[in-house]
Amino acid sequence: MMVDKIHRKAAGAHGRGDPNDAISRKLKLLYNAVEEEGIPDRFLDLLEKLDLAERAATNRGDG
Amino acid sequence: MSDGFKREMLAALPGLRAFAMSLSGRSDRADDLVQETIMKAWSKQDSFQMGTNMKAWLFTILRNEFYSQIRKRVHEVRDQDGVYTQKLSTRPAQIGALDLRDFQRALEKLPDDQREAIILVGASGFSYEEASEICGCAVGTIKSRVSRARAKLTELLDISGEGDYGPDPDFVAITERPIGP
Repeated sequence: MMVDKIHRKAAGAHGRGDPNDAISRKLKLLYNAVEEEGIPDRFLDLLEKLDLAERAATNRGDG
Repeated sequence: MSDGFKREMLAALPGLRAFAMSLSGRSDRADDLVQETIMKAWSKQDSFQMGTNMKAWLFTILRNEFYSQIRKRVHEVRDQDGVYTQKLSTRPAQIGALDLRDFQRALEKLPDDQREAIILVGASGFSYEEASEICGCAVGTIKSRVSRARAKLTELLDISGEGDYGPDPDFVAITERPIGP
């Protein structure tokens, strides 16, 4: 597995069994799991509607 | 005019959802919070300066929304059984899903201010300075919350081996705390 500089530095500073390191890793795993779900359709639809409503309002304003 | 705004907002949404999930502990509440945040942000887009930190701006709106809802609802039922982490069991992970569920439970035992601090700094990728702006407090306060959160998590996870049949972890954490330095 690839170990980047940051990880090497962290391992060097705190050692393998450092609880802070374990906490950071788990925190990120939990967080990333949600992030990786991407954007649910309801939000894409919502943004689409907001966008359309705004364009419609702008056009009315211009005309 | 709003194309760039919309694009930046879309880019920030996955992280915003993850933050909402960490704050509320429930996926349905989290997505409602995100929806509310999108609408608020959209209506306030004139006050947002393109080129400044959209992610931090959205996180601030969501956080304010979360606490104003908390003030309205006295009793919260959080996702005690880890419904959203149960979905993780089908994913290949570096550590077991069970382990992660224990971690989520421990995270939920933290006071709100400590939980949000450690998430903003430890997972969302904000600096202490940015986190302090989002939470509206001093940088030193964020630092101390993060360090207290870490200490508490370490304590809770060390005793997680007791399993579901052991005494209440909070009680154990207090009674097993060594006396003196």
